[in-house]
Amino acid sequence: MKFAVIVFPGSNCDVDMYHAIKDELGEQVEYVWHDTDSLDEFDGILLPGGFSYGDYLRTGAIARFSKVMQAVVKAAEAGKPILGVCNGFQILLEVGLLPGAMRRNESLSFICKPVELKVVNNQSMFSSAYKEGETITIPVAHGEGNYYCDEEMLAALKENNQIVFTYQDNPNGSLEDIAGIINEKGNVLGMMPHPERAVDELLGGADGLKLFQSIVRSWREANVVKA
Amino acid sequence: MFKVKVYVTLRESVLDPQGKAVTHSLHSLNYPEVSDVRIGKYMELTIEKSERDLDEVINEICSKLLANTVIEDYRYEVEECVPQ
Repeated sequence: MKFAVIVFPGSNCDVDMYHAIKDELGEQVEYVWHDTDSLDEFDGILLPGGFSYGDYLRTGAIARFSKVMQAVVKAAEAGKPILGVCNGFQILLEVGLLPGAMRRNESLSFICKPVELKVVNNQSMFSSAYKEGETITIPVAHGEGNYYCDEEMLAALKENNQIVFTYQDNPNGSLEDIAGIINEKGNVLGMMPHPERAVDELLGGADGLKLFQSIVRSWREANVVKA
Repeated sequence: MFKVKVYVTLRESVLDPQGKAVTHSLHSLNYPEVSDVRIGKYMELTIEKSERDLDEVINEICSKLLANTVIEDYRYEVEECVPQ
């Protein structure tokens, strides 16, 4: 499986993402600069964390208009797995591939620490290697991870089982403890915690690895003809 | 040429954590009469006259980029400037 790590001016978790795929997962991966207009050669798209365009105006607001985002939307429509972590999640919200918006953390502080998450939905292509209800530890590092959507949208998220991860002890004021959601079709995941920073016990934990393994497993089941 | 002043604020229904913190701070400075603070953004745009309707252009700009209408409202004022 071949992944693209999209790099914007100001991305800073791109190397961690690359490392997770190449060294820990053992799959193919390439950096893709934001002015690329085609992602046709890739099977999965990763939007890393960071501060694209300095977070000017709003987090993700400028990045969503970069050339590569049209290709990301096209890849999403084609059903390819798209994972947005932290700033990547914020960009997915701004571009409208996921519903809702981010507010400043309730505490107004930048939070950087490992947090416990609950796997609420293990039926998605991003979470199938986890057990339902499993508690995992993944680090967060953000100033704006306070997820918001209106009541109607929240009801729809619940109805369609789109909430994949919730915080055990809400660090940022996020609505209903939401840490990660998928789109209705199930092929776009946005999450504030950083699974790519939890792929090796040396880094303090490897609970994020199963997320990437889930993506690859789902892709293999759909695309690789069994001998 | 027009000078357009755009104000972007969080919607009334959305809790403003910065505004809340500033309200608390003002209370501790002994201004109990301040019941609420909403913090927003102020932007000044200089827009040349064109064939397009100015309000239409401003509304497009605001809803596409300057404000995220999921959580923010915007309003604007237009001032016509005469080039010197």
